[in-house]
Formats: sequence, C-alpha cells, structure tokens
Amino acid sequence: MSEVTFREAVRMALRESMHADERVFLMGEDVGRYGGSYACSMGLLEEFGEARIRDTPLSESGFVGAGIGAALVGMKPIVEVMTVNFSLLALDQIINNAATLRHMSGGQVNVPVVIRMSTGAGKQLAAQHSHSWEAFYTHVPGLKVLSPATVVDARGMLLAALDDPDPVVIFEHSGLYNMKGEMPEPPPAVDLTHARVAREGTDVTLITHGGCLRRTTEAAAALAERGISAEVLDLRVLRPLDWNTVFESVAKTHRAVIVDEGWKSWGFSAEVSARIAEDAFWMLDAPVRRVAGVEVPIPYPTHLEQASIPQTAQVIAAALEVVGHG
Amino acid sequence: MGDFVMPSLGADMERGILNEWLVKPGDAVAKGDIIAVVETDKGAIEVEVWSAGVIEELCVDEGTDTPVGTVLARIRETENPASEPSAAATATPSPPPEPVATTPAPPAPAPSAPAEARGRVMASPWARHLAAERGVALTGVTGSGPLGAVLGRDVPAAAAKTAHPKPDKVDQLAAMRRAVAKAMARSKREIPHYYLGTDVDVTGALAWLARRNASVPPPERLLPAVIWLKAVAAAIRKVPQVNGFWQDDALRLSEPIHLGFAVSLRGGGLVAPALHDVDQRTPVELMRAMTDLVTRARRGRLRGAEMTDATLTVTSMGERGVERVDGVIYPPQVAIVGLGKVVERPWVVDGEVAVRKVMHVSLAGDHRAHDGHTGGLFLNALADALSAPEAL
Repeated sequence: MSEVTFREAVRMALRESMHADERVFLMGEDVGRYGGSYACSMGLLEEFGEARIRDTPLSESGFVGAGIGAALVGMKPIVEVMTVNFSLLALDQIINNAATLRHMSGGQVNVPVVIRMSTGAGKQLAAQHSHSWEAFYTHVPGLKVLSPATVVDARGMLLAALDDPDPVVIFEHSGLYNMKGEMPEPPPAVDLTHARVAREGTDVTLITHGGCLRRTTEAAAALAERGISAEVLDLRVLRPLDWNTVFESVAKTHRAVIVDEGWKSWGFSAEVSARIAEDAFWMLDAPVRRVAGVEVPIPYPTHLEQASIPQTAQVIAAALEVVGHG
Repeated sequence: MGDFVMPSLGADMERGILNEWLVKPGDAVAKGDIIAVVETDKGAIEVEVWSAGVIEELCVDEGTDTPVGTVLARIRETENPASEPSAAATATPSPPPEPVATTPAPPAPAPSAPAEARGRVMASPWARHLAAERGVALTGVTGSGPLGAVLGRDVPAAAAKTAHPKPDKVDQLAAMRRAVAKAMARSKREIPHYYLGTDVDVTGALAWLARRNASVPPPERLLPAVIWLKAVAAAIRKVPQVNGFWQDDALRLSEPIHLGFAVSLRGGGLVAPALHDVDQRTPVELMRAMTDLVTRARRGRLRGAEMTDATLTVTSMGERGVERVDGVIYPPQVAIVGLGKVVERPWVVDGEVAVRKVMHVSLAGDHRAHDGHTGGLFLNALADALSAPEAL
C-alpha cells in the first residue's frame, strides 16, 4: 500500500500500458515537452520518445480525428484533450465517427480509442475552461463514459478502457489531480460495469461521481453526526450506467439526492432522477432532490465560482429535506 | 337540504364502512358524481350521489362502520327546475334497500390527521406500496411526513395498532363468502325456481363474428360474450316478463335492460355488476364497457349503481369448460340465464347430419313472477336472436 496522487495514478496507468503494449501511444496538446497541462505525462517523453508521446497542434478536431483513424487501423491511441470545454471542437469526430463506425460498418470495424479530458470547476480558470459537460457524452450511444473519483479508478479505469474494443471517454476532474489516496500493492484491476457503494447507509442515497464524491462523502459524515445514515454511491461508469445498484440502494433508503456539477436543466442529474421516477417510483418516500451546478457560465471570482457548484452544505440540506428534518 | 345516506349496495347488505370521502364540505356535486368509497362485504364500491348541490356537511368520519340508511352527508340542493325534488328516490330503478334499523350509529370521532382532511390521502409511493402489500387502509393512518403525508415508516406502526378498521384479506374473502351465502340461501329459500334449457346452434353467429372481427381493427373486435348479451337483450324486448324484480308480492318489470354479468374474482368469490342499457348500446361500446367492468370488479372499484341495477343476470360457465349451468336467481331479480360451453356436435341440418357448434342455454325463472310458458317463449326468442347475429 502506498499513497499516490490522482495525477500519479494516471501516470502509472500510462506507463504500464505503454510498457505492456507497443500499440499504445499518447497524443494531445502539450503532453510531451510540457509534460501535460495537468502534468500527467511528466517525464514520459524522455522515457518513451517522440513517436509515442506526441505533441499536437491546437486542433482538437484534427488530433482526435487522427486518434480515431489510428484506432481504426489497429493502434491503441490515448488522446488527451486539455479540457472538455475544448472537446466541443472534436464533437463531430467523437459522435459522428468514433461512436458510429462499428454500427455503420455492420461490425466490420471498431474504434478502440481512449479519449481523456479534464472537467469541472474550482481552479479559477473561468467559464471557457471550467464547465462539466459529461451529459453531452453520456447522451450518445456507442460511447463508454467513465468518471473516476479515486486513485484506484484513475489508474484502473484507464487500463480497462484500453482493453475495451470501443471508444471510451474518461473525465478527470481538474480538482482531483492533487488528491492523495491509497494505492494497494499490487494495484488492483477494476471493472467498467459497476457503480460503487462508497459508504453504506440506510436513510438516504446520495448519488454522485467524479469531482463531487469528496463533498458528498463529507456531507454523509456530517449527516451521521446528526443521526442520519446516508449511503453514498460513486457511479464511476456514467454510460452504460449501473442502474441496478442505484435502484437497490433507493429500495433500501427510499430517498435519493443526486449530486452533479453539471447544470441541472436537461443534465446528467435529470436523467438519473427520471430513471428513479420511472423504475423505482414505488420505492420512494420523498421526492428526488438534485444538487447541481447553478445555471450560469462558471464565474471567475472564487466566491462566485464556489457558489455556482455543489457545496457540502447544500448536499446536507438536501438530504435533511428528503429525510424530513429540513 | 338533501341527505346522502349509506346506500344498500346489494340485496343483503346491512352495513358498510365509509372508506373514503372524495368530496369535502363546500364542494359542488352533480347528479351521478362519485363522492365516496364504501367498503362492503364485496369489496370497495364507489358510490354516486343522486342529487345536485353543495356538500354542506360530512356527518360520518372515514373508517366508520354504519348501517344502511344512515345519513352520511347533508347536501344543500341547488335550484334546478328540471330536476324533481327528490331525485335520489326516483333516479334509478334500484331495488329499495332492505329494511334496516333506523338508529344511525353515532360516528366515533376519529383522530383527525391533516393527510385525510384534504379529500385524498397524501401518501408517498413507498407508503402506498407497503399499505397495499399489508392490507392497511391509508385513511386513518397518521402521517409523519410533510403536510401530514403518510410515509413508509408510518405504515408498519399503523398495521400493528389497527385493531378494528379494515379487515385483512382473509377476512374480506370470508365476508364475501358470507354475502354470497346469504343471497343464495335467501334465493333458494324464497324463490320457487323453475328450470328450462335448450341447445342452440351458434355456428352461424360465430362465423359471422369471425368474419366481422377479421375486417375491423383490433380495438373494434368483439368477444362472443358480447353477442350473447345482445341476444339476451333482444329476447327480453320480445318477452319482457323476465326482466325486473319481485317486490312486495308483485312483479315489477323494468323498462331499461341492465344485465348482471357474473365475474369471478381472482382471490375467490364472485360479483355480478350490471352492464347498463345493453339493448341501447352498440356491440363495440358494450365490449369496452364489459372490459372496463371486469377490470374494475377485479380491482374492487365498482360503483354503487352497478352493484344494484341489474335487472336480469347472465352466468356463463363456458370458460370453465362446463357445458350446462342452471343458475340460482339473484334476488330480487326474477330470472337468470345460463350459458354453457360451445361444443361441436352432430346436428341435423336440412335432413342431413352435420357438425355444428352448439351452446346450451338455460333459464332459471322465479315461478312467482312468471311461468314456464313465458320462460319457453324467452328461450325461443333467444335462440332466434342468436341465429341472426347481424341484427344485433
């Protein structure tokens, strides 16, 4: 067991996979000489050389498309997009090509590309670098969408994604890179099929993923001091989502609060809420509540930025409301 | 001022539990509105009001067991020149309630929970699920949720302390059995039955039905039962003496034809709710009404008028594979028609033996009300009607 940061866990997976399989390579803006915008690939250019750690021009559509093309001809590319905000320039490549080609070719070709991107607010990078658009990608059939929230998943999910024959999008919350966590020895493999019960409880289910897990877990601890037993679900895989675990937990607690940094309207939390209403309606003892991003472009000043994303106190308040102590 | 009284929802009903109010004081009601749900031996029945006006006062709390005839609510009638002063008495040809004790039970003041004061019980989905599973009536459960809503945690507590309010499923079944026993014993005790029966060739009717069903979209397709009921109504038009009630030593014929239609319930027991105006409605309308009635009967959501209005009952044992049934008349009706299973039989047609589809039809008649001659005419009329299905 050793303590590593989220960033180091990503780098572990990059190194392990490149040593294990020569078809794996990394490309993206500043991943080589600069070591990556979030320093995930620091030192890898020296270790693996320019052919496998490739700096690209500032053209998301171009280099994501190149990654898809490389995957089509048998490579295992890892494409790093600096943030989800810039990935909009590559949406056409991801949605119209990566997600569709297996279907449109009648199964003749598959696209084993892995696209990593940072997401989320909290680092005062202003609106154009801080949004959470997981919902854009979870909307699309043909994509697998991951949201690691722990160091074990940061490493393990990247390795599992490389083993997946189809395109996988990984969201790494920018606020997590410096987070430290225990990495067991040897580091464990993880699945891409299950949500994880991060904390067991009986009174209310707090459903979250990625960057919101820490605050949600803090909220659960604070609720426990008030005698309320909150169960915390770390969804991990946003598409295809492990609905069974969600419904089983709601069947136990009869109450659900969804915590997601994306905007509430038509967002990721909207779909989770709708599914609970559709398929777990008779289990509910209270309306489903959502703690989500405020509907503004993420502001730059820190107090406004924090006011626009879910806070521990809001999660506690929502949980208290649905358990009837509000 | 009009009184809304605990109605008699069956010949042998003496008491009922006012299960749920669907109105509150100040609500305007129109003639025919469903304003309450009453729990009887045969399940929960939705009860209509037969005068128009404004609810002045609810005199009985939900959950109160009251004798038939007890005033449940007072209604301030609105001026309406078209409606006669006592609409309640003349609105339907319902048989009058059995004589009952006139002392109304004093309604026990129940602890008032805001959840039920609003007309509809506020309860979470989980509470409703638990209550249905455990047979707990949500009315009367004190809710601990917002606005007094009943939550899941309130249900086990209510189930534990429910001493009197709602009989559990076993008791309800037993109660239904007792109700059937009472009605049938009264029938056999008081009604001198005579029985007639004959086989009818229904090949043509079924062939016509198959042709018709093949030519219309699925929602307009008919089950044979619709044809049988239309034929019974047509026969009643020719021989009306079988359609009505024996009351006060006299046969009171009914102009409307409301056919009681025996529905066996999944949990056991049976009810025979009425399909109204069978002669007036098209087969497609009747089909829809029948489906609706069976569904509601099995869910225990019949309306009061449907429980009492039948002017003649039809019992069909065909689905059970039985070829012949001689029914027991449901008092105060004066006849019951029995339909057997359709079977293929050697049958003489124009001097030749042919294989035909044949159904046994029977009539049990009340000999006080009419004689075998009348019954024979009726069965002949029924056979005629079945041979010309397109006229139905």
